Amino acid sequence: MDIDRLERFWIMISIAVLAALMLAIVYSVRGFGVEVPTDVGQVDPRTARETEPFNQPGVRQVGPGHYEVVMLAEAWRFEPSEVRVPAGSTVTFRLTSLDVIHGFRIPNTNVNLMVQPGQVVEATHRFNEPGTYHLFCHEYCGAGHHIMDGMLIVER
Amino acid sequence: MTRANAAGSLSPDIPYVPAGSRRIILAYLTLAMVALALGGLVGPFQALNSIGVNLYDYLPVTSYYHGLTLHGVLLVLVWTTFFIAGFLSLVTIHGFQRPLSSRGLERLAFWSMTLGLLVAAVPILLNRATVLFTAYPPLRAHPAFYIGLALVVIGTWLLSANVFLTYRDWRRENPGKRTPLIAFGAMVTLAMWDLASLGIAVEFVALLIPWSLGLVEGTNVLLARSLFWFTGHPIVYFWLLPTYLSWYFMMPKQVGGKLFSESLARLAFLLFIPMSLPVGFHHQYTDPGVPTSWKLVHAFFTFVVFFPSALTMFTVLASLETGGRARGGKGAVGWFFRLPWKDPSVTAQLLAMILFALGGISGLINASYNLNLSVHNTLWVVGHFHLTVGTAVTLSFMGITYWLIPYLTGRALYSPGMARLQAWLWFIGMALMGRGQHWLGILDAPRRTMLSDAPYYAAEWLTPSYLVAAGGIVLTVSGFLYLLNMALTAWASRVPAQVEVPMAEPLQDEAAMPVALDRLRPWVVGSAILTAAAWVPMLWYMTVAHPWTIRGFTMW
Ligand code: HEM
Ligand SMILES: [Cu+2]
Ligand SMILES: [Cu+2]
Repeated sequence: MDIDRLERFWIMISIAVLAALMLAIVYSVRGFGVEVPTDVGQVDPRTARETEPFNQPGVRQVGPGHYEVVMLAEAWRFEPSEVRVPAGSTVTFRLTSLDVIHGFRIPNTNVNLMVQPGQVVEATHRFNEPGTYHLFCHEYCGAGHHIMDGMLIVER
Repeated sequence: MTRANAAGSLSPDIPYVPAGSRRIILAYLTLAMVALALGGLVGPFQALNSIGVNLYDYLPVTSYYHGLTLHGVLLVLVWTTFFIAGFLSLVTIHGFQRPLSSRGLERLAFWSMTLGLLVAAVPILLNRATVLFTAYPPLRAHPAFYIGLALVVIGTWLLSANVFLTYRDWRRENPGKRTPLIAFGAMVTLAMWDLASLGIAVEFVALLIPWSLGLVEGTNVLLARSLFWFTGHPIVYFWLLPTYLSWYFMMPKQVGGKLFSESLARLAFLLFIPMSLPVGFHHQYTDPGVPTSWKLVHAFFTFVVFFPSALTMFTVLASLETGGRARGGKGAVGWFFRLPWKDPSVTAQLLAMILFALGGISGLINASYNLNLSVHNTLWVVGHFHLTVGTAVTLSFMGITYWLIPYLTGRALYSPGMARLQAWLWFIGMALMGRGQHWLGILDAPRRTMLSDAPYYAAEWLTPSYLVAAGGIVLTVSGFLYLLNMALTAWASRVPAQVEVPMAEPLQDEAAMPVALDRLRPWVVGSAILTAAAWVPMLWYMTVAHPWTIRGFTMW
């Protein structure tokens, strides 16, 4: 099979570009620690409210400068719907859904999660500056989907 | 060829295509266009909603999400699938120069798809299936919704069985001959789809249908979702391969050129069979329950599947260039302007290619694993797929119908001028809307959301939303002109059509082409093995380790 000289060149470039992008991803995961959610376990939505840690939704400190936010998602609200953490802290969000699939998006951060019944989902983010984040559900979850929101307040 | 009969109506006499097949092909295309009309109608309402203009009181739907379900299902599932069924039927018949092997199967496929469409349409229209086209459980639609869609999928299998039977018969009479290019394209598309559609078939038949009927109380949400994306990514190649078929094997002829490299064209097609399947988790980067290692494997293959599209870019452009130069075009880019832009079928598909390049680039970003965190479920993604399936595919299909409908009806296209205008308006409308949606996505605006009523609507979303609204209006005009032209062609055109099925010839007769490039079986077997390796361990893990107890909800 003969391949045109220019086309051979193009094939090489395409492979090189795709490989470079792939390496950039691996580097950004290892080097900057930007990681997507992984499998952290399952929970039965019918009993989630009685199950650790979802029996106590809210914020708690788990170490110096490290907080954990446990949240429940259900149509069409987050519980708790307002969360306060001090600036400079690292926050781990841990969520599950009591009914359908919801989303959990904190704008201007890398926190972007699908919150599913039966599954626990987790993300960690460091909040350096004080400010207010108007977070919301970004997966269709029924008639009231667009009103499902919450507040994250990073205090001085 | 066409004859005008005494009554002045035109009856086409098209080679190889029996009258019954012609009627079925036209019926597929008509249903596709009806879906385009109804689904498209909702588009501007969505686009205007993003600037806070809520016109849903004037649309006979119950809610924004009822409308969005119609938009998604009718456009991305019905318009595409029914067009493809009609187009690939014709391509197979014309490619092999013989009717489809089984008239019975041909009818059965059509009626399975059509009945399925009607069965699914009832609950959708009655707001009993407002689950959007992804139908993620535990949102639970009326069982007829899942049963109807399953029948549509079964219909596509019957169609592909018929195509493969036709190939078998052709091969028996033509031993040692190379499969005609367009028929080869049809077969690769359908072989890929048969493998790919297993995911959604299992999801619907084994999980969602019994669950929606109440035969089982709970279902396995993440397993269903993963099976959906098993099919949900390769389905984009089910739309794209017929588009590529036209770009590779038809357009060179339409522009007066030749297919630049037959072997690389065949290779690109064949590569899509294995490569489009082990990638579905790239839609689930933000999902729980899937280990990052598996997400990374699928990310890797996603980059691999860009490769055949890169090949396509080269071969298609080089083929077009042979045409542009043959028409006297000079210089590095001069040939491009010499292409027959007067032919609306060519114009539409050239413009489709331009926006596809942009859509491909935003697709690279979606695919980029952790970069996906900044765009997942934002309007960025909506911008991406309006450039790809909404333009590369849809505008190309429109361009194809500009010769195909005249060919099948024997009536010349009513207004080529209106058709050219239509193509340009689609291009401009999508460029505006796509720009706006990508921008909105970067600003974190969510998709699938009635933004006019969202309490978190950010002030900075308004400017790009105006681009979306403006683009949406231009697109609506374009869509209207398209359907009008089609209707006028069918009912008012009095001029006999002078069209043939465009079939490109290769630039060189590649006597030494490897035989593997004219075989399907090794590719399908290899793909099945690769797919099993990339999916079965995770699907099995979900089956045994994830809860099967999730109840259904009607939340609308
Ligand atoms: C008149 C032309 C069109 C306009 C104005 C338009 C507009 C829109 C808008 C604004 C959205 C976002 C809605 C949301 O996420 O809340 C959307 C979604 C969508 N559009 Fe279009 N669109 C048009 C044509 C098309 C075409 C031709 C296709 C495909 C062939 C298409 C496929 C889709 C799909 C699949 C969705 C996502 C549905 C979902 O998220 O469930 N659209 N459209
Ligand atoms: Cu929601
Ligand atoms: Cu995909």
